[in-house]
Amino acid sequence: MSSLQSYLLLSALLFSIGLAGALTRRNAILVLIGIELMLNSANLNFIAFWRYGPAPAKLTGIMFAIFSISVAAAEAAVGLAIILAAYRHSKTTDLDQMNSLKG
Amino acid sequence: MTQALDQIFVLTKQWLLGFVPASAQPICSAILSVVPVLIGFPLLFAITTWLERKGLGRLQNRYGPNRTGPYGLFQPIADAIKSLTKEDIVPLTADHTVHFLAPVLLAAASFLGYAVLPIGRNMVLVNMNAGVLYFFAVGSVVELAVFMAGWSSRSKYSLLGAMRAIAQMISYEVPLVLASIVAIMQAGSLSTVAIVDKQAGYTGIWPHWFVFTPWGVVGFALFMIAATAESNRSPFDLPEGESEIIAGYYIEYSGFKFALFFLGEYLGMFATSGMAITLFLGGWSAPFSFLTWIPSYVWFFAKLLALIAGFIWIRGTLPRLRMDQLMSLAWEFILPMALLNMLDAGIWHFMPAGVLRWLVCTAIVAVPCVLLGQGLKRNKKFQVRTYQFAK
Amino acid sequence: MTVTFLILAVITVAGTAAAMGLRNAVHCVLALTVGFAGVAAIYLQLDAQFVGLTQIMVYVGAVAILAVFAIMMTHTPLPAKPPTYSSFWLLGSVVAAAVFAVLAWAICSSAASTQGLPPEPEVSVQQIGDALMHQFVLPLEIMGLLLTAALIGAVVIAMDRREETK
Repeated sequence: MSSLQSYLLLSALLFSIGLAGALTRRNAILVLIGIELMLNSANLNFIAFWRYGPAPAKLTGIMFAIFSISVAAAEAAVGLAIILAAYRHSKTTDLDQMNSLKG
Repeated sequence: MTQALDQIFVLTKQWLLGFVPASAQPICSAILSVVPVLIGFPLLFAITTWLERKGLGRLQNRYGPNRTGPYGLFQPIADAIKSLTKEDIVPLTADHTVHFLAPVLLAAASFLGYAVLPIGRNMVLVNMNAGVLYFFAVGSVVELAVFMAGWSSRSKYSLLGAMRAIAQMISYEVPLVLASIVAIMQAGSLSTVAIVDKQAGYTGIWPHWFVFTPWGVVGFALFMIAATAESNRSPFDLPEGESEIIAGYYIEYSGFKFALFFLGEYLGMFATSGMAITLFLGGWSAPFSFLTWIPSYVWFFAKLLALIAGFIWIRGTLPRLRMDQLMSLAWEFILPMALLNMLDAGIWHFMPAGVLRWLVCTAIVAVPCVLLGQGLKRNKKFQVRTYQFAK
Repeated sequence: MTVTFLILAVITVAGTAAAMGLRNAVHCVLALTVGFAGVAAIYLQLDAQFVGLTQIMVYVGAVAILAVFAIMMTHTPLPAKPPTYSSFWLLGSVVAAAVFAVLAWAICSSAASTQGLPPEPEVSVQQIGDALMHQFVLPLEIMGLLLTAALIGAVVIAMDRREETK
């Protein structure tokens, strides 16, 4: 197994862990964290492809990772603020109980 | 001769490395570099606790420690023996794993920052390309350790202290980084060694330190204020104010773990002071051109001790801030000043050297400083305080 | 494929798996920081120093702290512990496992991913700064705008409006 392959497999595993967390956890904060984890695995892919790619001097992978980290930080801030607002409204962060829109 | 004295540690290390086989040399080199730092700075911590207690005693018109050894010099040893032999009490409801890991993480994170500090000429553990970024990245781990300590103790005092500490550290990390950006802009590098090299050289007898420019002195002042807040020292010691929440996040710790917290806090203070020296005070370079014969590491530690003396002086002089004062100082004064200072450094870089540059750049930072200070005083009444029950 | 990578990969996967599996939310976040730090170490191993350090600063220093703050602020002491996983946890895990199976199959069967390690690229922070200021200046500006908007938006959303209606 080559190196790039192992990095990609690790990244796929991280993505699946994040996806599993986002799909199965009840706590809204942990769901958000699962999404962060998926973003992280995408970043890992960018860095791995940049390192093994034909033109590492172009820095495109690094740039993409930097911008993606910034977006993830903004997303975390806004997401947690929304969770706080929702908590204030419904007094819970349990996603199974936030079902007032259910028909 | 002076050069040999200056490089004595580097030469000793190379001499010692000559005795080990070539295959083991990288690991031995790393150990020989790391161990002195692991011993030297805790030693400095011991000396500083004595200095601090003596200095505070002077400021408060009392003796300070004077029972153990001459002038109480053995007080740190007595303290160490005491904290090592004390019973290690863990609260019954505490989260034992996290409770144990918190002081370890704090001390480890505090040590990691020293990897990029140039202590003397050719005396830096790692000359990292992104050294300053590494320093701040490692510094941000401390916040997590503080939270772990406060949360795992299951005590309302420690949780309150941890929340206060994290809020304060996050608020002051922004101005800390922004204040250091001016030095990075001027040096054009994030490497600490390159920043020190940029400040080398003398005009007449005066050095080219960044602190001797309008943006440098403002940056240094802001950096030191933010560093005081980052290391939770008076007057920013709300997270561990003894009279309010006893000791804050580490109240439920005893014995050696408590000592580790103390050590971590002081190591953090030394590290940020060392970074201030690197960024603004020319690192290990001598303050006058005729003093360059004194070894470089002596100058680094002299500057460090001078900054520590400043910390002790401030602790003995200023009263503790209130939480709202703390936050308004960070967001209404230090942050705008740091942003303006960056603009100032940019203008300094592109203006031709001369008196006009000095005047313009001084005006850009001095006028807003006065105005913002006036703004902070607005809507506040300053009068003689009357104590209703103390008569 | 070195020993370092294997160790880091095991740490990362263990940390993230614990973060998604543990019962206590604060423990989850603490385990997650281990995972994030592991990813940062892998970046460092891939010679992406700047990204690795940024990762530590942003994720360990900011996102994890934000998450624990949110957990502290939304903590309700309940007499009975609610279940950790949602009602359709089985379906969720099956979907995640299927996604991993598909991704792993694609990676293993791809020919492009079998090449060796090219020589170490010379990437200094200066080059990254140059690229950010010249080639990528528009994304950088947009990012600044986005972060400002996120800052203001987060404050507005999370602000307690009860004081106004008092």
